[in-house]
Amino acid sequence: MKEQRVLSIKELTKYIKMKLEGDSLLSDVWVRGEISNFTHHSSGHMYFTLKDEASRIKSIMFASHNQKLAFKPKEGMMIIAKGNISVFDRDGQYQLYLQHMQPDGIGSLFLAFEQLKSKLEQEGLFAPERKKPIPRFPKAIGVITSPTGAAVRDIIITLQRRYPMVPVLLYPVLVQGAQAAPAISTAIEQMNRMAEVDVLIVGRGGGSLEELWPFNEEQVARSIYASTIPIISAVGHETDFTIADFVADLRAATPTAAAELAVPHYVELRSQVAGLGQRLTQSVFTLAERRREQLTRLMRSPYLRDPMRQLVEPTERLDRLSEQLRFKMQMVLQRTRERTVKLERALSRHQPQERFAAAKNRAERAQASLMQSMLSIHKDKGHRLTVSIRQLDALSPLKIMQRGYSLVYSESDQKQTLVKSLQQVQLGDKLTIQLTDGRIDCQVWSMEEEEPGNV
Amino acid sequence: MSEQEQSFEQALAKLETIVQQLENGDVPLEKAIELFQQGMELAGVCGGKLEQIERKIEMLVEENGTLVKKPFNQESF
Repeated sequence: MKEQRVLSIKELTKYIKMKLEGDSLLSDVWVRGEISNFTHHSSGHMYFTLKDEASRIKSIMFASHNQKLAFKPKEGMMIIAKGNISVFDRDGQYQLYLQHMQPDGIGSLFLAFEQLKSKLEQEGLFAPERKKPIPRFPKAIGVITSPTGAAVRDIIITLQRRYPMVPVLLYPVLVQGAQAAPAISTAIEQMNRMAEVDVLIVGRGGGSLEELWPFNEEQVARSIYASTIPIISAVGHETDFTIADFVADLRAATPTAAAELAVPHYVELRSQVAGLGQRLTQSVFTLAERRREQLTRLMRSPYLRDPMRQLVEPTERLDRLSEQLRFKMQMVLQRTRERTVKLERALSRHQPQERFAAAKNRAERAQASLMQSMLSIHKDKGHRLTVSIRQLDALSPLKIMQRGYSLVYSESDQKQTLVKSLQQVQLGDKLTIQLTDGRIDCQVWSMEEEEPGNV
Repeated sequence: MSEQEQSFEQALAKLETIVQQLENGDVPLEKAIELFQQGMELAGVCGGKLEQIERKIEMLVEENGTLVKKPFNQESF
């Protein structure tokens, strides 16, 4: 068996506190009871006991919460309150910590109000983005209120005073009692069906919470929300807030204020129209004046006043440019001319006639020289021939033979051979001696050799 | 839309637009004069409408199951 754990008092109290604070009912609970042992401490906190016939509970309301109370809690007062249960550790005592408190009686209504308010708020009926704008110049105003009493009078008088041209359509309804809420709802729906007005004022004069109650009913709230015509709520006095006020497109503090919010002020409008008329005249004059100034300014423009002056600069520029053009053109021409001359010169150097003439000249000269050479060679050769002939003539054997010499030939093998030596002949050989004027045939019959050089 | 038909609000809005246009100053002169004439007419229309005071206050009364408009007695005020 598991050993039982022993808790300290502190731990036990902490556990109990945790349990109580974790409970959903106890963390947000409404109670009704009578105040007793009331103390408003110098710290601002309120300490008291809430009790009924059967039971009691220690209660605390801290200064931060009780400062907002609309009433003064007193000994013996019946209240309805909202708070949560927790434990005061030191005394081990559970207590009620209060956030809201209302005197009982109206307390139940208050509770219903709070509950409906939070419900509708969560549904988005109060959402600012759902609010319809109130037309600036309504064509007709619907009023849903009691046909008797201060509220309808205040509304109509105010509308008349501010904006007398607007038609008013009154939908008379009960504004208190059990029949009021359905009547108000029907009126809103009827007005929407008829669609004759473009703003609705729904409300009544001041009164007790019970008297204002129809304007806190869900039915009315839903009709206001469903209305396509924008609604200004005007319930009670400045301090009274109803559910209708939260749902309405615009909340007015009083019926008079609602009428003021519904229409512009006639006098203000008249001065506005007059002001616009003035501004219209003024602006068109200003505009014309500005145009005139513009015109004057334009007329003063140098372009209009002295147009020729505007041409001076471009003219100068033109001159300058033409000068440059001319100069550059001349440069180009000059260069081209020089080049042409150079080329012509080069060309003339290469002219074929001249080369031809030169060549012809050379050819002629060469021919002449050739002829010369030929003649010279011819002459020389002729000369040399004459000399040679003379020499030859001098050397001719005939001449020598004329001087007494003769030629001896031997005849062998049918061939004549000139005999220049003893060796060529033998005794008995027949020889032929050639003389200038004939031949002698002879035969060798003796030979005698001589010593060379003895001849 | 004829001048009778247009509401005070429309006339006033047009007048405001025209004044703003002219005050902005970037309107051609001929257009400005045209706008000025229109504006003056609109100002007249607006002024006229403001003078047309007819106290028309009616109350809805149920008769034989239908709602009927009846003049609302203001003498009690």
